[in-house]
Amino acid sequence: MLRLGDVLLVTLQGDLHDSTAEQLQQDISETIASSSTTGVVIDLSGVEMVDSFLGRVLAEIAAKAGLLAAQTVVAGMRPAVAITLVELGLTLPGLRTALTTEDALGLLAGEASPYRSRGTRRESP
Amino acid sequence: MQTVGCVDARLPIHSDMDLVWVRQHVRQTAAQLGFGLVEQTKLVTAASELARNTLVHGGGGEVEATVLRNGHAPGLRLAFIDEGPGIADLERALSDGYTSGDGLGMGLGGARRLVHEFAVDSSPGNGTTVTVTSWTVRPPRHREEH
Repeated sequence: MLRLGDVLLVTLQGDLHDSTAEQLQQDISETIASSSTTGVVIDLSGVEMVDSFLGRVLAEIAAKAGLLAAQTVVAGMRPAVAITLVELGLTLPGLRTALTTEDALGLLAGEASPYRSRGTRRESP
Repeated sequence: MQTVGCVDARLPIHSDMDLVWVRQHVRQTAAQLGFGLVEQTKLVTAASELARNTLVHGGGGEVEATVLRNGHAPGLRLAFIDEGPGIADLERALSDGYTSGDGLGMGLGGARRLVHEFAVDSSPGNGTTVTVTSWTVRPPRHREEH
């Protein structure tokens, strides 16, 4: 976990144990509660698989962060992971996403003041 | 015609560390057999769901991995075997949103959508065996014959 101003950047890599994922969930909540964190970015670009367990953990991290007044954005999900999640039946509608960590940080920065709609993908010209 | 090979690997499922081994074994084997990245990811995800079912609902068990050849493409069959309480209402267990644990209720029905062939053998008191198979190339529609 890395702090960038008010944003907590969490990079996940490789194959996570269930217990590691649950520990992470707790650590993130505690970090938000004990600091001035207003945003959480979870970088999934190094994750090869998201099953319903990890999906639930991500959704719960976002829900808990929300109750602690922080926004969560999941960044960098691999296409194969996204395809598999949808076929699994898990579209995780409560999760906000961005294609890259940079986009996610921009999204959170733009949100500091006025309310923004959910569109996070930038249209390419 | 598919030739049933002998079991190539048998992995225990007794802890969340074992789930990691199962996922790694399935990914490596699928990659060696020539599965594309999306199909690999689907198979690994299905294996993860089913291995977790074996662990959480079946009280642990094992997975048997078998490499298959059906004449035009290799496939991978995974059988998840436990001697737990069994599934009383299979139809309900396969429906989305049904959960008896703390997942999202996508385990069994979700895993079925990620593989080419899916079979459950279970009855109360006699454990559960879930067998899934995927092929590197989806077989032509000869299955409609029966």
